[in-house]
Amino acid sequence: MTVEGTSASMPPRGAWTSAPSVDRSSVTTETEGAEGAEGIKLDGISLTYNQRRSPVHALKGIDLDLASDDFVCVLGPSGCGKSSLLNIIAGYLEPTEGSVWIGGTEHIEPNAQVGVVFQHANLFPWLTIAKNIEFGVKMARLPREERKRRVDAYLELVGLSHAGSQLPHQLSGGMKQRAAIARTLATDPSIVLMDEPFSALDALTRESMQLHLRSIWQKTRKCIFFITHDVDEALLLGRRIVIMHPNPGCIVQDFMNPVFVPEGEVSFSDARAGKEFVELRRFLIAQIAVGSESGSEIENVSRSGADKRTALL
Amino acid sequence: MPVGAQRKPRKRKKTRGNAFYLGISAVSVGAVLTLWWIASRNAWVNPLFLPTPADVWYAFADIAKEGYKGSSLPAHIAASLRRIFIALAFIFVTAVPLGIICGRIRWIQAIFDPFVEFYRPLPPLAYYSLLVLWFGIQDTSKIVLLFLSGFAPLFIAAVHSSRRVPVDRFNGAKSLGAKGWRLYVYVIFPSCLPDLLTGLRTTVGITYATLVAAEMIAAVSGVGWMVLDASKYLRSDIIYAAIIIMGVIAILIDTALRLLIKRVSPWVES
Ligand SMILES: Nc1ncnc2c1ncn2[C@@H]1O[C@H](COP(=O)(O)OP(=O)(O)OP(=O)(O)O)[C@@H](O)[C@H]1O
Ligand SMILES: [Mg+2]
Repeated sequence: MTVEGTSASMPPRGAWTSAPSVDRSSVTTETEGAEGAEGIKLDGISLTYNQRRSPVHALKGIDLDLASDDFVCVLGPSGCGKSSLLNIIAGYLEPTEGSVWIGGTEHIEPNAQVGVVFQHANLFPWLTIAKNIEFGVKMARLPREERKRRVDAYLELVGLSHAGSQLPHQLSGGMKQRAAIARTLATDPSIVLMDEPFSALDALTRESMQLHLRSIWQKTRKCIFFITHDVDEALLLGRRIVIMHPNPGCIVQDFMNPVFVPEGEVSFSDARAGKEFVELRRFLIAQIAVGSESGSEIENVSRSGADKRTALL
Repeated sequence: MPVGAQRKPRKRKKTRGNAFYLGISAVSVGAVLTLWWIASRNAWVNPLFLPTPADVWYAFADIAKEGYKGSSLPAHIAASLRRIFIALAFIFVTAVPLGIICGRIRWIQAIFDPFVEFYRPLPPLAYYSLLVLWFGIQDTSKIVLLFLSGFAPLFIAAVHSSRRVPVDRFNGAKSLGAKGWRLYVYVIFPSCLPDLLTGLRTTVGITYATLVAAEMIAAVSGVGWMVLDASKYLRSDIIYAAIIIMGVIAILIDTALRLLIKRVSPWVES
């Protein structure tokens, strides 16, 4: 499977069936093709949190190229710096070293070019769903008719046409999160960042949200940078999968998802049952567990986290 | 259920309508009124201190019909409310923007903080004579007094609520393209509004409490002045009537504010 415009390489077939050994130096990060006007480029990002006693090296030397229609799922043990990386891409945090490039210009401050969907829908509680979606379009000073057209289109895209006049607190968690996605997409960002957007939802809602997001991505072909704890979620949604390890946070795997269904109707239950899917999942869980063991201070916490994850599957 | 185990009757939390509690309040008010009536009727207390409810009612009816000292009762009430509302309007348009900006920008807060902190605990009467000296004995000095007494609580509510705007909400708005003053107008101000209205309730309470003091000097109208003037002639019936009028007006204002809060922030659990 080759997808134009991405730099990721696949892991060798069958690699994940053997005991995984992580060799950080072997991670491929050569860049090619993604530097088009639309692409997103992370260039040598490092981040150190300055704490009085001991500085925390949260990220070190992160290079990543994203194509304008990528769907990247980021996996990694807790505390490996996923959220920190997202905050840097969004412009909320300034990296200690390195820079973020979007379409050839450096991205320094948060703006509508980089959309963010939070774990909690984070809608403006005083605005109706329609007004929430209109917010970004209004900030972009688009004419009234265009605003209305977009609001209607995005309400429809996320299946909330009937709920436009409701206030956020009147909606279920899944509906709120869909409204948040619509609000972010309505400003037409170059990339949408999502930090565990479905983790606060119950299992059924989560699955329906995954299908929703999947179909939204198929329709819009937006670049999505999707952080998740859930290996299944990553395998079902991600065209490309990135694995991070902590201490300091870095990318150890970056490959095209071999079980990704590129087009058409997706059946998640079929996908889950596939042999390759099962093996890949096992491989990824092991990879994440290795990462959490390499942490010294957080070792126990994250190992028990990894065990739990394995046990759940 | 294991054999022989007895199911205990489950205690259900009783849910009662508002009417039940309103009923209790009505009964308790009725009881106090009755006690008042009995006590004054039997002259347990000197009628100078405690007129009968009937006396107070007649005093009220008299004021309502004939007015008090040259102005009608509505004119007295209007005079007081006018002072309060002008002061409140000035407080709202100054304390809110200033407080919000101070909450977001540390160095601006550093400019204003010492002054607010210094004058805030001062009893308003302490500087009232100065205000009279500066602004004369007309309404201006009264309004300024009310303004100063009510400014601090709303200012402080604005500072704290603008500082507490959730980081995610603020960041999210930036990522939707909001920046500069638009962040203040479209994100921070509406975020703070529920807190601001709650602060306004406190402010209304304090200005109202200062009202009588404000109408102490060189006033010829106002409900607060009525109380003071009647006390000169030992007309306790009028004092009681005026106090009850003040109390009822205060309850009405507060209720209106509470309804407004509910209306503009239906998502806030009360
Ligand atoms: N504000 C902060 N100050 C100091 N250290 C921080 C701060 N935020 C995060 N860190 C540290 O940086 C590291 C990375 O944190 P981050 O939140 O990015 O991890 P994460 O991968 O998102 O974890 P999780 O999966 O639990 O959300 C952690 O070791 C964390 O303790
Ligand atoms: Mg995180």
